[in-house]
Amino acid sequence: MSASQPVPAAARLFLSGNEAVARAVWEAGTRVAAAYPGTPSTEILEVLAKYPDLYTEWSVNEKVSLEVALGASMVGARAFCAMKHVGLNVASDALMTMTVTGTEGGLVIAVADDVGMSSSQNEQDSRYWGRFAHLPVLEPADSQEAYAMTRAAFELSERFRTPVILRLTTRICHVKGVVVAGEREAVEPGGFTKDPRRWVMVPGNAKPRLPLMFEREAAVRAEAETSPLNFVVDGSDRRIGFVTSGPAFMHVREAFPDAPVFKLGLSCPPPLDSLGKFAATVDTVLVVEETEPLLETELKAAGIACHGKDVLPRTGELAPDALHLGVARLRGEVVAEPEHVVPQQVFPRPPTMCVACPHLGVYYTLSQMRNVMIAGDIGCYTLGAGHPWNALDSCISMGASMGTALGMDKGRGKVDENKKVVAVIGDSTFMHMGMQGLLDITWNRGNVTVLLLDNRAVGMTGGQDNPGSGRDLHGEETTRVDFAKLCEALGVKKERIRVLDPYQLPVLFKALREETKIEEPSVIITDRPCVLIDHYVPTKPYLVKEDRCTGCGNCVDVGCPAIHVTRRDKEVKASGKEVDLSFVRIDTSACTGCGLCVQPCAPEAIIHAEPVQTLQPVQFVRK
Amino acid sequence: MSKVTNILVCGVGGQGVMTATEILAEAAISLGFDVKKTEVAGMSQRGGVVTSHLRFGHEVLSPQILPGEADLLIGFESAEALRWGHMLRPAGVALVNSGRIVPPVVNIGLFDYPEQPVAQMRTLGLRVHDFDATALAVQLGNIRLGNTVMLGASSDWLPFPAEVLRDAVLARFGSRKPKLVDANREAFAAGRRAVAGETLAA
Ligand SMILES: Cc1ncc(C[n+]2csc(CCOP(=O)(O)OP(=O)(O)O)c2C)c(N)n1
Ligand code: SF4
Ligand code: SF4
Repeated sequence: MSASQPVPAAARLFLSGNEAVARAVWEAGTRVAAAYPGTPSTEILEVLAKYPDLYTEWSVNEKVSLEVALGASMVGARAFCAMKHVGLNVASDALMTMTVTGTEGGLVIAVADDVGMSSSQNEQDSRYWGRFAHLPVLEPADSQEAYAMTRAAFELSERFRTPVILRLTTRICHVKGVVVAGEREAVEPGGFTKDPRRWVMVPGNAKPRLPLMFEREAAVRAEAETSPLNFVVDGSDRRIGFVTSGPAFMHVREAFPDAPVFKLGLSCPPPLDSLGKFAATVDTVLVVEETEPLLETELKAAGIACHGKDVLPRTGELAPDALHLGVARLRGEVVAEPEHVVPQQVFPRPPTMCVACPHLGVYYTLSQMRNVMIAGDIGCYTLGAGHPWNALDSCISMGASMGTALGMDKGRGKVDENKKVVAVIGDSTFMHMGMQGLLDITWNRGNVTVLLLDNRAVGMTGGQDNPGSGRDLHGEETTRVDFAKLCEALGVKKERIRVLDPYQLPVLFKALREETKIEEPSVIITDRPCVLIDHYVPTKPYLVKEDRCTGCGNCVDVGCPAIHVTRRDKEVKASGKEVDLSFVRIDTSACTGCGLCVQPCAPEAIIHAEPVQTLQPVQFVRK
Repeated sequence: MSKVTNILVCGVGGQGVMTATEILAEAAISLGFDVKKTEVAGMSQRGGVVTSHLRFGHEVLSPQILPGEADLLIGFESAEALRWGHMLRPAGVALVNSGRIVPPVVNIGLFDYPEQPVAQMRTLGLRVHDFDATALAVQLGNIRLGNTVMLGASSDWLPFPAEVLRDAVLARFGSRKPKLVDANREAFAAGRRAVAGETLAA
């Protein structure tokens, strides 16, 4: 976990954007903060959870977290929620009506776009939601601004009684910079006022509120014209004037220190009058925004001529090198050859599953099955699509394995008649959006075998607790969901639900074979903790007895990163077939003794080792 | 003091690249510099590529180091140092752990590990100092000290005294684990010695 300690009010703090937002949320006197983890936003709530005097929770999904925040706002409390970009898609149903009701206590929604896609299934520009829902959008450019704009967002929210979107990107969330922080404000909730015309959004009540939403938008636009969050940095080279927002501002300043820049902090709705005046002072306007041409389109619609995505990349980050290229293109200049050495081709190094990850057993087993279509989902187990297993056939959005599996089953033609349909989903993903899909499978008599991987954690984002772990955000004990009962309640027959140990390969294989043969919905729940969490207990490591290893490579197919190939060879079998041999070694200092690789090793070459030197605790270090 | 110092630290998830950069940042902050530090980690906690960019000076704008702009490249793993070699400016210096971490894609025979990553860097004209930080750490009794060995090696290549970095390293353990302080002081010195002769020659 990357959570850090709460910091005292002090002159200079070194904070990531996420930590800076958390600090400001706390200082703003926020009473309720909720989130569902997701890179790059996860640390905001992890850090907030350590501050005193506010309620924080992991919610089961982003929609619920936004609704929790709205409820708190209804009773007049300041409220906050955070999510990654795709989370706002999930929460958008609530968002699109919240904008009609407006808010009571200040409500800020931090949404973190994974620009550059370091850890997501897509790249999308959440600033669209501001346009779609007629909400103000703030875009900080570094940690200090993330802090200041979070504070400003609460004030804006209360002044205009609107939810405010704080748009972050990976390059804000995970960049550390110097921040000057302040003290916590005391804010007492104003209380709930029964007012159905405001809070009960039936057509008769919602209709009269629509004009209010547009009036509010116009008022925020007027605010944007004068807000100190929008400003011009003057420059002597007036050939190009830049219009920019978010971290791209820093890149523009770095690449073109002498150019005039219109920097948008309150970027939606954009201050078109001021932007028009700025445009008149420069030869050409270039809009630098990540990632969609939103401001560019709005400027053009307002009759302000500008360039943007005609010369700049449509995806990814707009770092100074991309800007230099774009500007050269705009000016019709030739780009100079770089002086540095040419990047060298080096093998890829994709992320791997952890040593002894319980998912290894599942994918080893799936990789041994023929004629299966495996609908996948999002989590560490998505790595099962890669080597050596190649045992996951789709990954779309949280919970999608259920619906896509059912669709595969119902849609298949003759060519796929003999294939089995399997869905693989993690525990956290199942509770986020998978449960409804399973209900759809049982209700509509789908022939799907669901592998529900219960590792009692949100592994992908760092091992956070979830309703299946029986602990809350603070690590305190609470209700623990019983997956077998839950699946039964969702309509799976009791005898079609099995709970088993994914470290027991033969048991897993037998269960999968049997359940996929029966033409009914079935669920196999694997029950072993993620190795990142404290439920996991490492045991005695193994080693390979070299004289017994025949090089069959079966253990390599398990995919545990503690197993290394030391030598490769070829052998011609009696049948005349040539086979590849891989002789192996186990990194005993990494192996935690799960016993998975031992099971497919026919010559019993993998045996227990005594702990080696490097495993000893550091106390024993002597000169 | 308008010049910004650019340090790129690279390695493999789990090696402590981010912590090491964090300590370098703390040292720079203690001297009153403006500092920005950014990670490109992806799903790196599980054995993927990790790079951490550290920039400090009077004022730092963009947090990113561009290709050809790094003053110092600290490579925690040989092939990773080669992968990021193009980030060095022509007069820049690479400090490379000659230890190797072979990924599963190489294990199963899909790709090859470069035969001599450090030699390949030198052929490109890069200035490289390599030493086996992993072995040094194991000799000192704990593979996790590799981190501190690397920091020690970098400490004579910074625009501030090596002691500032050493104190930042030790401050991490001081209050909680006094025994770790000794081990880390040792590791820091070992790293410094590993490249010392070369610094003087340079
Ligand atoms: C809508 C949405 N919210 C959050 C995420 C980030 N995310 C990716 S996978 C995942 C959960 C993984 O947990 P689990 O299903 O338990 O599988 P594990 O990683 O533990 O194997 C999360 C939160 C996302 N991709 N989409
Ligand atoms: S973090 Fe947990 S779930 Fe993810 S690969 Fe590691 S052990 Fe498996
Ligand atoms: S027993 Fe085998 S599979 Fe399990 S952790 Fe050790 S090397 Fe990996």
